[in-house]
Amino acid sequence: MTPESVDQLKKLGYECAIETGAGAAAGFSDAAYAAAGVEVLPSAEALYAASDIIAKVRPPSEAEVGLLTADKTLISFFYPVANEALMEAAKATGASVIAMDMVPRISRAQKMDALSSMANIAGYRAVIEAGNNFGRFFTGQVTAAGKVPPAKVLVVGAGVAGLAAIGTSTSLGAITYAFDVRPEVAEQIESMGAEFVYLEFDEAAQDGAATGGYAAPSSPEFREAQLAKFRELAPEIDIVITTALIPNRDAPILWTKDMVEMMKPGSVIVDLAAERGGNCELTIPDERIVTDNGVTIVGYTDFPSRMAAQSSTLYGNNIRHMMFDLTPEKDGQVNHNMEDDVIRGATITHDGAITFPPPPPKIQAIAAKPKAEPAKVLTREEQLALEKAEFKAQTRQQVTLLVVGAVLLLGVGLVAPASFMQHFIVFVLSVFVGFQVIWGVSHALHTPLMAVTNAISSIIILGALMQIGSGSFLVILLAALSVFMAAINIFGGFLVTRRMLAMFQKS
Amino acid sequence: MEYGFTTAAYVVAAVLFILSLGGLSGQESAKRAVWYGIAGMALAVFATLIGPGAGLWPLSIALIVAGGAIGTVVAKRVQMTEMPQLVAAMHSLVGLAAVFVGYIAHIELGRVLAMDDAARNALDGFAAVLAHKDGVEQSILRVELSLGIFIGAVTFTGSIIAYGKLAGKVTSAAEKLPGGHMLNAAAMAVSLLCLIWYFNTGGILPLIIMTLAAFFIGYHLIMGIGGADMPVVVSMLNSYSGWAAAAIGFSLGNDLLIVVGALVGSSGAILSYIMCVAMNRSFISVILGGFGGPAGEQMAVEGEQVAIDADGVASALEDADSVIIVPGYGMAVAQAQQNVAELTRRLRAKGKEVRFGIHPVAGRLPGHMNVLLAEAKVPYDIVLEMDEINDDMPNTDVVIIIGSNDIVNPAAQDDPNSPIAGMPVLEVWKAKQVFVSKRGQGTGYSGIENPLFYKDNTRMFFGDAKKSLDDLLTRIS
Repeated sequence: MTPESVDQLKKLGYECAIETGAGAAAGFSDAAYAAAGVEVLPSAEALYAASDIIAKVRPPSEAEVGLLTADKTLISFFYPVANEALMEAAKATGASVIAMDMVPRISRAQKMDALSSMANIAGYRAVIEAGNNFGRFFTGQVTAAGKVPPAKVLVVGAGVAGLAAIGTSTSLGAITYAFDVRPEVAEQIESMGAEFVYLEFDEAAQDGAATGGYAAPSSPEFREAQLAKFRELAPEIDIVITTALIPNRDAPILWTKDMVEMMKPGSVIVDLAAERGGNCELTIPDERIVTDNGVTIVGYTDFPSRMAAQSSTLYGNNIRHMMFDLTPEKDGQVNHNMEDDVIRGATITHDGAITFPPPPPKIQAIAAKPKAEPAKVLTREEQLALEKAEFKAQTRQQVTLLVVGAVLLLGVGLVAPASFMQHFIVFVLSVFVGFQVIWGVSHALHTPLMAVTNAISSIIILGALMQIGSGSFLVILLAALSVFMAAINIFGGFLVTRRMLAMFQKS
Repeated sequence: MEYGFTTAAYVVAAVLFILSLGGLSGQESAKRAVWYGIAGMALAVFATLIGPGAGLWPLSIALIVAGGAIGTVVAKRVQMTEMPQLVAAMHSLVGLAAVFVGYIAHIELGRVLAMDDAARNALDGFAAVLAHKDGVEQSILRVELSLGIFIGAVTFTGSIIAYGKLAGKVTSAAEKLPGGHMLNAAAMAVSLLCLIWYFNTGGILPLIIMTLAAFFIGYHLIMGIGGADMPVVVSMLNSYSGWAAAAIGFSLGNDLLIVVGALVGSSGAILSYIMCVAMNRSFISVILGGFGGPAGEQMAVEGEQVAIDADGVASALEDADSVIIVPGYGMAVAQAQQNVAELTRRLRAKGKEVRFGIHPVAGRLPGHMNVLLAEAKVPYDIVLEMDEINDDMPNTDVVIIIGSNDIVNPAAQDDPNSPIAGMPVLEVWKAKQVFVSKRGQGTGYSGIENPLFYKDNTRMFFGDAKKSLDDLLTRIS
């Protein structure tokens, strides 16, 4: 937690305590915590004894697990797959353990997704590290002393870290390319200002949603195509940032030795996957090396710690959001709701049982929509046939309509007297003209159209005027009323139309 | 005066009316076209006044002047946001006038039939026309005038209810009496029986019963239709007022009435059709009222609505190069069009591209938004239709939605079980960022959740549209 997040935790009804010196590396002194109303305790043991909920960053040590009891809740990174023994030990204590690295990737859980927070920092820091080791400008400049070409950056893997790296790199002015095995992220890459490196490869797109929004291992053929593309790019690229990770596996080798050899001296590779062995063949975890041809390879695994203030703030917020979800009543009591997708997914031991791995969340992670069936491409003959069939169907429909209409008209004509038919012809023609004319009216003018049709439908005034002189009192009264109402309408309709039309102005 | 002159004047008037409607195809030609309409109407009235049958000139002219004065005042005073009410109110006048003229024709028919041959030959004008009708023609006349009265009566009460709903004087929710559409069907059947009865006897009683039944149908039909379907209702009533005029034209044997009635009728019918297509609903389902139930389980909406304050919106607008504003009925309710226009002017002054995306059924009247924006002096060439602007959405930095909901609902495309599935919508969620100015977290007219509000690139700008924009304007210079 940070001194700022204390307030919000208190609003949830909690008392806060912290081990002395815990915030020092991030620039938060014990005094600052004390000022925010946090009890500063001298040792980890004291803290474990005093607290019901313990939040930390790194997985607990065995000694720390020993300090847990059945009524305590531990929130930290845990890596349950790698630390199975530790998980067993935690289970034995009966405590609830929430692993921040197991928070499911669904929209609602984003605010507590510490992996994303850390990846974001790592992506940013990777570019800064690269810049630190790169001897030139990122941005192209034309200076009085001569022209400087912009740096070319390739980001491999467009997860959270990759996208953060893309954003940072483009804002520094570098020409940024990005690659990912999931074609559906192309849009995100382009939205960050980078160019997506397309592969000419036919393979059914993987459904990212099936793997929880993460990348899945790719086929050997796909890998070959990918490496060939990288080989093609390697000589031009100044900075490579690799972020490709597959859950619970070693990082795939994507930047081979020969590619490194192809690169220009002075180029930089930052391998964010170093912890898992690295995407670059030559990466040595936790070290910065310079190859024989002058390429710097950065294999640090502690990027978030290199920006401790930022990562502490974000992690503190993630924890706070987690606490918020754990405390729906805001009464300082943990409600460990195992029906909740997020809490269920992150919990690895609860009530003396191991609850890992969690069932798949009820809500699917985002990523690729199920691919719509691609529209069938018709051959020219098929298209012609189709058009012909359509034309025929249209003709048939039109002819049928005309025949039915004509028969109906004839039927009316047989019964009705000639005087009626004369008017009827006028009527049919007018309807026809009306349809032709009205289709041409622009959508923007539909309101004026209604007002003007309103005005001219007051032509009914003629009917009243023709009879007002008839002599019978009742007729005169009705006619007079009609004339009056229609007159309101005529003037009102036309004037309001004019007023509206006068308002339409061109820019 | 000569009968020939009247007819000639009618021909000219008819042509002028057609030109007047045709001119509405463009904003500039429309300004000229309305004068054609006025000229046509003046000519028609003048020709009728001096034509056969007319009399009582002083009375006629006095009434026209009095009516005209009221009409002028109303037209000058009306607010542009009140345009839907005004149009509906004016439809009711046409409807009632049609009913009256229908009754006059009936009375005249009775009077003429009661005369002997000598007296008949002395008649002129409409009465003379009646006098020369034989049996079949009289029967047809009865059908025509009862049709005119029926449609006119439906238009009258329907328009009054529509007016009440639009002006907020009647609840805008869909309400039906117990019995629902069976009542309408029954009233319809009664009208049909009266028509047959009248056809055979020619008495005034069936005519009156039929009028009452039609009044009821108009009232009940429109009561059962909800607020947001009003664009369809108003255009439908517009169409009816036209058909009523045409039917009366038949009974009076007046070709100009027939021509104009048919023009207006088809115009209203096309407008209704366009509105229905824009909502992806059949005309019948709109008239029967209410949205159908969902076809199956609707997609759950995940995520949360993230609110934003005026500062956030202002800074996003500062950074944006292209902005699209999507107004809806909420803008009209909040009377926010002036603020929208001011925002547009300031953003354009900064060299940003600002455009408007108008859905065909935005507002309560076809083209309602266009008129409001025009009133606030937004140039019409940046106000675009849905189809024109949808393709540009992905290249847009910021979309501001002001008081619209269903017309920007992505469920229409994504969720085949949604009640509005298949309705064409503005694809605002494809833009980089979307701000929604909205009073609260409620749903739109269709009553369904809008997944747009939960999207990652959407921020909710809660509050009354006018106030929110006022706030925003203080932060954008």
